[in-house]
Amino acid sequence: MSVPYAKLPAWADYGLIPLINLAVAFIVAGLVVLLVGENPFRAAVILVEGAFGRGQGIAFTLFYATTFIFSGLSVAVAFHCGLFNIGGEGQGYIAGLGIAIACLSLDSVLPWYLLFPIAIAAAALFGALWALIPAWLQAKRGSHIVITTIMFNFIAASIMVYMLVDVIKPVGAMAPQTRNFLEGAQLPKLNWLIELFGFAKIRSAPFNISFILALVMAWLVWLLIWRTKLGYEMRTYGFSPKAARYAGISETRIILVTMMISGALSGMMALNPTMGDQHNVALDFVSGAGFVGIAVALMGRSHPVGIVLASILFGMLYQGGAELSFEMPNISRDMIVIIQGLVILFAGALEHMFRPAIQALFASLSPKSVGMAQAGKGA
Amino acid sequence: MAEAAIELIGINKSFGPVHANRDINLEVARGTIHGIVGENGAGKSTLMSILYGFYQADSGEIKVNGKPASIKTSNDAIAAGIGMVHQHFMLVDNFTVLENVILGAESNALLNSSIAKARSELVRLEREYGLRVNPDALIEELPVGLQQRVEILKALYRGAEILILDEPTGVLTPAEADHLFRILKQLKEQGKTVVLITHKLREIMGITDTVSVMRQGTMVATRETAKTTVEELAELMVGRRVLLRVDKGEAKPGAVKLSVKNLVVKDSRGVTMVDDVSFDVRAGEIVGIAGVAGNGQSELLEAISGIRNAVSGSAMLDGKPIDLTGAADPGELRERGLAHVPEDRHHVGLVLAFEENENSILGYHDDPRYLKGPLLNIDAIVADARDKIEKYDIRPSNPRLKTANFSGGNQQKIVLAREIEQDPGVLIVGQPTRGVDVGAIEFIHKRLIAMRDAGKAVLLVSVELDEIRSLSDRILVMFAGRIVGERGPEAGEGELGLLMAGVEQKEAAE
Repeated sequence: MSVPYAKLPAWADYGLIPLINLAVAFIVAGLVVLLVGENPFRAAVILVEGAFGRGQGIAFTLFYATTFIFSGLSVAVAFHCGLFNIGGEGQGYIAGLGIAIACLSLDSVLPWYLLFPIAIAAAALFGALWALIPAWLQAKRGSHIVITTIMFNFIAASIMVYMLVDVIKPVGAMAPQTRNFLEGAQLPKLNWLIELFGFAKIRSAPFNISFILALVMAWLVWLLIWRTKLGYEMRTYGFSPKAARYAGISETRIILVTMMISGALSGMMALNPTMGDQHNVALDFVSGAGFVGIAVALMGRSHPVGIVLASILFGMLYQGGAELSFEMPNISRDMIVIIQGLVILFAGALEHMFRPAIQALFASLSPKSVGMAQAGKGA
Repeated sequence: MAEAAIELIGINKSFGPVHANRDINLEVARGTIHGIVGENGAGKSTLMSILYGFYQADSGEIKVNGKPASIKTSNDAIAAGIGMVHQHFMLVDNFTVLENVILGAESNALLNSSIAKARSELVRLEREYGLRVNPDALIEELPVGLQQRVEILKALYRGAEILILDEPTGVLTPAEADHLFRILKQLKEQGKTVVLITHKLREIMGITDTVSVMRQGTMVATRETAKTTVEELAELMVGRRVLLRVDKGEAKPGAVKLSVKNLVVKDSRGVTMVDDVSFDVRAGEIVGIAGVAGNGQSELLEAISGIRNAVSGSAMLDGKPIDLTGAADPGELRERGLAHVPEDRHHVGLVLAFEENENSILGYHDDPRYLKGPLLNIDAIVADARDKIEKYDIRPSNPRLKTANFSGGNQQKIVLAREIEQDPGVLIVGQPTRGVDVGAIEFIHKRLIAMRDAGKAVLLVSVELDEIRSLSDRILVMFAGRIVGERGPEAGEGELGLLMAGVEQKEAAE
């Protein structure tokens, strides 16, 4: 027989448990800081102040978060269909090619508000097509999607090196990157938005309009997963492929469609660093954001709201971490990666470590109310 | 009465808000066969799991042979002389009998000495109890009945004096079940104590000395088997009078609705599971397919419902051909009026993680009633689900509750409501009452008969021979992938049992 267990109220499930996981991650990270002879409390203060203390810091935090929202949504969409898309990195990288084509050919003709939709479409299309190949191999040939999407990251990286070095790079230029985009392919900054809250003038932060696009996509993903027929079919397949077969849902179609949506979202993450920040497409511009998306989706429990919050947390770690290694020479860049790794470990991989204890606690506190609490809609 | 082998005093166990065992007192006399009956979810399995060390009781005391025993793990239980034969066997398929018997009870790192010891021990057990199994046979090559015998041997090898069997006859033919009961009687004569958990009341009457009835986590009664009746036990289990016989009138068969010809189906390993099967189902009749689990019934259902592609054969639905070898898709068949209640509601018929209302449209989610453009019309879906909940008395009556939180019987009602309310011409049903409590069984049977009386064609597959006999207007018996005989509903259990065991295969084929 099945073992009934105390069901946690939604606020504990989505608020308390992530917070406990995060706290433990920071305690362990604090021990690491202590080990290298620095004061962990001061380090924490520097980290948080670096990320949120000044307008400049907030702008950078949200800039990083923008990319992570896209990659996190990408992983989450595939995950709801039972597919683990590890290929966000490659899909985003290849999408840079689509952006390059759109921007290089049109940036002298169109204003940004006309070019942006074209670039979005190009990025989504390139990302989707790059995800389509592993999806087809999975649906038709049974090649495991985890393996193929990882492989496709390497193929994408090699293709991009070739394209940037041998095809797209302007003649005579030294750096393996496109020429700088003209004004038509430069996204407007949103720094004024932060200044509205009374922060001092932000001089140079790349926080831009693609953040709004990310939020819109988060809403659309929510709509897709929990309010559309397609999302219903995706979740059915994700929970039980046998039930999907029984319900007449085509396995091939659902895998292909889901992976293309996932790839399109990964592709869109390329907009932020290229059109929003560097104003070119350079070698390795994705720099691991596709993988951070996996952690973000895990921590955000594959729900758009959770993903946005987790993305801001990781944006904070990126931005505050940079400040930290600047202020405390003993804490190198690698140490920041360790702290990020600890967050991923406790918030993602060990997500359920404290759950039994907390459930037991809740059950003993209020044996009647717990468990009778209804499952909230969706996540 | 003899001295108590097991004594449970005031056992309580809660899982969150669910009080699975409430102040349970139980005394099992040594050298007897003690039955425990109860509906699904009555707490039988929980109680036995506490005795075997899978769970810890919240409060209460366990005494074994009069001495207080602290059983925290299954090793403690084994040390106290308690052995358990699980409903789903815990055997390693590609190990031999001998290897399975010593698994976890090896005396040292090298196997040789353990194997030699086990071999002589098995010879002794065979001599004492008539438990004959070839020690060198691979488990996967043994029939289910013998696999179960290996489970019993495992327990005895570990020195079990008290043997718990959880629903032991679910997978056996009537003949195999009889053999098992002979073994249990022999064990009893040798002074062993047997605790038998089952929901089949006739087994209880046939073999036990004492029987205890559980209902909703409490022990409601203990009777001497000789002094009670099936009717009394059923009433104690459910808490009200239950109709064990199904009331139904004469069938009025009409036109052929579903016709299957020379159907051949292979499983995923390429083994032929359905071998040249042909039959018709007419409007207004229930055709039952009897057989021991694993004789091709599951594959037959999957092929007819379009889930699994058949290798060859043809079929007609309402006089029009359906291509079961390829093109037929469950969605398309559903549109053409073939509804399917699958055997495995947990993984196929339902998505347990879904809310109840989401499951009430599974397979019909293309229906415009449930859609608003590309969006789901959630208000309409929930209203529709609420309707079905009322009509089928599904509890709890909350369409937004997660399906996993419903009991087995109510989950089955969710599936039935969904399929029947679409008003299909043909309904195919697999194991409609597996893991369903007695009260719900009665309801489900009535619904199936109502379908028949409304002029629908019903194809029923069940391993419960009683169910087949009481519902069907015609009975087909499947053995080793073939239909080995057709009988009327008046056919005796013995006759059908022999067919199910393949004994009369020759005569039936002639």
